[in-house]
Amino acid sequence: MTRNLILGGALSALVVLAALISFLWTPYDHAVMNIPAKLQTPNAQHWLGTDHFGRDLMSMIMVGARTSIAVALVAVGIGMGVGVPLGLTAAARKGSWLDEVIMRGNDLVFAFPSLVIAILITAVLGAGAINAIIAIGIFNIPVFARITRSAALSLWEREFILAARVSGKGAARISAEHILPNVTNLLIVQGTIQFSLGILAEAGLSYVGLGAQPPTPSWGRMLADAQTMVSFAPHLALVPGCAIIVTVLGLNLLGDGLRDHLDPKLRVART
Amino acid sequence: MLRYALKRLLSLLLSLAVASLVIFLVVEVAPGDPASFMLGVNAQADTVAALRAELGLDQGQVARYLSWVTGMLGGDFGTSYTYRTPVAEMIADRLWVSLPLAVYALALSTLIAFPAGIYAAARRGRGGDMAVMGATQLGVAVPNFWFAMMLVLIFAINLRWFGAGGFPGWEAGIGAGLHALTLPAIALALPQAAILTRVMRSALLDILGEDFMRSARAKGLSRRQALWRHGLRNALIPVLTIIGLQFSFLLAGAIIIEQVFYLPGLGRLVFQAISARDLIVVESVVMLLVFAVITVNFLVDLAYALVDPRLRSRT
Repeated sequence: MTRNLILGGALSALVVLAALISFLWTPYDHAVMNIPAKLQTPNAQHWLGTDHFGRDLMSMIMVGARTSIAVALVAVGIGMGVGVPLGLTAAARKGSWLDEVIMRGNDLVFAFPSLVIAILITAVLGAGAINAIIAIGIFNIPVFARITRSAALSLWEREFILAARVSGKGAARISAEHILPNVTNLLIVQGTIQFSLGILAEAGLSYVGLGAQPPTPSWGRMLADAQTMVSFAPHLALVPGCAIIVTVLGLNLLGDGLRDHLDPKLRVART
Repeated sequence: MLRYALKRLLSLLLSLAVASLVIFLVVEVAPGDPASFMLGVNAQADTVAALRAELGLDQGQVARYLSWVTGMLGGDFGTSYTYRTPVAEMIADRLWVSLPLAVYALALSTLIAFPAGIYAAARRGRGGDMAVMGATQLGVAVPNFWFAMMLVLIFAINLRWFGAGGFPGWEAGIGAGLHALTLPAIALALPQAAILTRVMRSALLDILGEDFMRSARAKGLSRRQALWRHGLRNALIPVLTIIGLQFSFLLAGAIIIEQVFYLPGLGRLVFQAISARDLIVVESVVMLLVFAVITVNFLVDLAYALVDPRLRSRT
């Protein structure tokens, strides 16, 4: 167990736990306004303070974690669900027109500045969490397709695959039974990294008003709301900002730690 | 080399063609008719029809796609539905903010990343290295628009060294323009600097393990001399690639930062156009950004092949 793995795992677990607990309990109702208690800095009643409507920031952060995690997680799911089969197919049919079409398609998606297209998609389909998921998910597809293909290609050269082929298994069955289990570690590590990028992307989209819509709380929109009040209530910007940083930092460290942990070769090579 | 360049050029053109088709189709499915949007809910049906004809919206999709693409090839991006001015002019105006901002940010990120990366590589595994690597972890985790807000809070609101936003225009002088772009450029540069520092460090560490570095040391150069004379030059290849790729990200990433600082760049143009259903502007700006990314990638690939002939045989 490396330091990265422990620290990253702890930070990530903290955020996930906060999101899970929010289903059962939050200090206050995150949507209830209480104007007399507005703009309080952190204190004993409101641990992280209150916003301009007197809503409890701690509760909003906990419920907002649900939005961030849900959007990023489903976007990773889309990327893996579509990208991994594409990558496996491309590797199994290496050099064929199918491989060529899949990989050129990937290149094309990569060439689009992801943020611009995310903005385009959400602008066209309308702002909202679902469309943010689609926009972020689409850009996860080529990432997973590429790493799956390149890892699978090297596996196809190995003896145990040759043995499977000799025993009469088809390409699809070999991909599912022998290739996929051997690329799982790689996918977990990449999934963690894409998860953290998804959290950042979701925050950016909701900041410009294209993510989850009110009354669903989201960290990005909390920051957008805070912008005009940052001069007299800086905690409104500090609290959601730190929530995003802790989450992304935790996931990145977790990704690094998992990579070191799951790939023993790297443990020696990396310093 | 020529064959390789032609092959890459062909794939560049193909990518651009597909990209333009995708952008056109995505915008086409957008709900809401620009003509009825512009005229409001009380407009007469024949007035709407007349405006549709004037904007060319009554033509078929194929005809409109072809006229959009052929127009762009000749530098004509069409006419904005809402402003009734040529889109090319609007984009050119905004580029004068977005492009210098991206260049400024790129310069800053390079200025930070080079010394930081070299320092970390030279002190590999020691305290200085750990501190730099920790800082880069933080750098990639901080959302740049939040960092931008913090910069405004500290340097604009509290210290009053900079304005909190807006752009005086280059007519006010280069100094004033650069001054207004400084905080946005720092915010934009932060995550890129963190990534570039990591690339610089790992490129240098890879080089330090090479045989020719051992030879350099063996012939009597100190560690530092070997690093500066032989290591840096060789480590530059991957670093320059990343810098090339970052430029297009900076141009696109400026969109959100421009929102924070109320800068009249391409990003704000896109958002205004989206809310006004000025689809021709949206299409053209997105196409321009995609064009920039694809072209920069193409140039980076070419430069790479020029430096390293082994890469030409690939693909």
